[in-house]
Amino acid sequence: MSGLRRLWVPVVLVVVALAVWWWRSHSAGPASVAMEEPAVVAKLKDPAIIAKGRYLATAGDCISCHTVQGGQPYAGGRAVPTPFGNIPAPNITPDPDTGLGRWNFDDFWRALHTGVGRNGELLYPAFSYTSFTKVTRDDALAIFAYLQSLPSTHQPAKPLDLSFPYSVRSGLAAWRALYFKPGSYQPDPSHSPVWNRGAYLVQGLGHCNECHAARDAWGGTVSKAQLTGGQIPELDWYATDLSMQANGGLRGWSKQDIVDLLQTGQSAKGAAFGPMADVVVSSTQHLRDEDLQAIAEYLQSLPPRPSPITESASFNSQSLTDHGKDIYAQRCANCHGKEGNGVPGVYPPLDGNASVMEPTGINATRAVLLGGFSPSTEGNPRPYSMPPYAQQLSDAEVAAVVTYIRQAWSNHAATVQERDVIKNRHTPID
Amino acid sequence: MPQHNRTQRSSRVAQTYTPHMKTTPATAWWRLVLQWTLPLACVVFGNPSRADQPSIPDTLQQRIAACTTCHGVHGEGSPGSGFFPRLAGKPAGYLALQLQNFQRGLRKYAPMEYTVRQLSPAYVREIAEYFAAQQVPYERSAVPDLAPSTLQRGQQLVTSGDTALNIPACQACHGKALTGTEPVVPGLVGLPYDYISSQLGSWRTGTRASSAPDCMAQIANRLAPADITAVSAWLASHDVPSDTHPQPAGSITPPLHCGVLQGQGGGA
Repeated sequence: MSGLRRLWVPVVLVVVALAVWWWRSHSAGPASVAMEEPAVVAKLKDPAIIAKGRYLATAGDCISCHTVQGGQPYAGGRAVPTPFGNIPAPNITPDPDTGLGRWNFDDFWRALHTGVGRNGELLYPAFSYTSFTKVTRDDALAIFAYLQSLPSTHQPAKPLDLSFPYSVRSGLAAWRALYFKPGSYQPDPSHSPVWNRGAYLVQGLGHCNECHAARDAWGGTVSKAQLTGGQIPELDWYATDLSMQANGGLRGWSKQDIVDLLQTGQSAKGAAFGPMADVVVSSTQHLRDEDLQAIAEYLQSLPPRPSPITESASFNSQSLTDHGKDIYAQRCANCHGKEGNGVPGVYPPLDGNASVMEPTGINATRAVLLGGFSPSTEGNPRPYSMPPYAQQLSDAEVAAVVTYIRQAWSNHAATVQERDVIKNRHTPID
Repeated sequence: MPQHNRTQRSSRVAQTYTPHMKTTPATAWWRLVLQWTLPLACVVFGNPSRADQPSIPDTLQQRIAACTTCHGVHGEGSPGSGFFPRLAGKPAGYLALQLQNFQRGLRKYAPMEYTVRQLSPAYVREIAEYFAAQQVPYERSAVPDLAPSTLQRGQQLVTSGDTALNIPACQACHGKALTGTEPVVPGLVGLPYDYISSQLGSWRTGTRASSAPDCMAQIANRLAPADITAVSAWLASHDVPSDTHPQPAGSITPPLHCGVLQGQGGGA
């Protein structure tokens, strides 16, 4: 892998050089310091537009990246981890020196819609403009009005923590040529307005695809694999397939199951945990019911793909699953049931659970090791929890029980081995 | 919601009987009766769940299995290993504040940060109150074999502090009987040696912190490593008093400015 990366370096350098030249000759230069147009000024002060912007900023979960743990909301500082280094999210409160205080709406629109900063610099796609480009200009204006209404916090940006050549911003021109196409959401007239609202939220502000799709070696999402699930780089959780795929997708989920998970953090088909628990708490639980219904309607239209060829175990896994079955009976069946059906509203089912069957086995392994609570939400304020088994089960035992639940009942997923468990024993936090 | 699901499932049970019956007025009548009474009977008299579905008590104790696995069902901790601290009987305000500090990143311990990350303030408070209300006997844990002079030094630090080093007595805030002070100062009795010394160490390395001004961080940094050993050993070997309740709120005048005590106190 590292040999392959080294081979790429000269290619990258050439591309970077070309990109710098192209960018210099095409760049629009530093942002104008023109005053805001009076019509825009009035809108930025309009309480109804500010309230709409607050809702949309919540739908976009801006607060999650733009707030450091325990810090002032929207004042930035949280480092977004990527395989290329850490990219700190900036302060987006209206502080003139360290936030968006000197920005006008056109600056904001350019950043959100085209991924270009106020001074003409290319922005790193850790800021998901690959999705936000679909947000309409009206919605962007409302979000900007809301951000400008926040209390200002003076908090300078942390420096980028990227290694060469990724630290050369102009190199992003090449990345953008491969992975980014600016453009607003185009409604599909063959579908209902509800479906289109769902598609707009999922593809645009919700930026679901940024986690729920596979990324290639250059960190771009694979365009053919939209919303079909992917391993989240650095965090090492698996964001499951959101299509109606069996064995790891949303096959069997009703519209209400999807709404329940987004609104309360749990559903009859599975519970939110890991990074999705954060998304539910800070974003989706606050969405209006009709928007959640729209999201569900859109997700339910994502077609299943031809079944992937199931990997045949390279060794006889029977003894592993037998061992796992014993552990399951002792440790898990009391809550999740012998047949893996869970208890509605209390413990999630494991039979047919997308997170149990996702291709990597990371989610089930981490759930066994870390246990933990479903998120505490307005719809489920006092969630039940699962004991962490990191102290009680060995790597081999975790591999056995995870393999068992991945292959028991109606589940068909690949074996998880001891070496896979070792890799995921640490607790991911930020 | 669970109730709703149960009713639905029960009507499914009732429906499975119907195809075996001939459709005569009598069976139609029976069907009607069954359709209405069976679900009701199931809800009232029995556990309608599928045979394998466990019955889960609706108690806080059941809900917080993630906590009690390590800290004990009654917050007794793990006296044997000394690794998981006792929570029972500590002031609720203190326990809630610690959970918030894990959420804010002031206290660093990945498994705790992960576990409490998405708990609401109200739920944190409820969990804290549960453990604060638990009364379980203290267990004496092992203390390293130390010279009597070390224990004397420990006793001196606990009861009178060290004015030359600007270290106040532990008793000044943690209470005359060292059982803590409401609402946020924890008791120091009955804690394992390893736990006390590692907490003082984490205050020095910044993996444990409190709202600024962080008076405990100041104190921990004024303690020499040998003093940490001394004070931890004396506290861990000190007899637990018969009344382990914390002192009432407002009964102390903190010798330092402490963020957790809303800036009460003085000194430097």
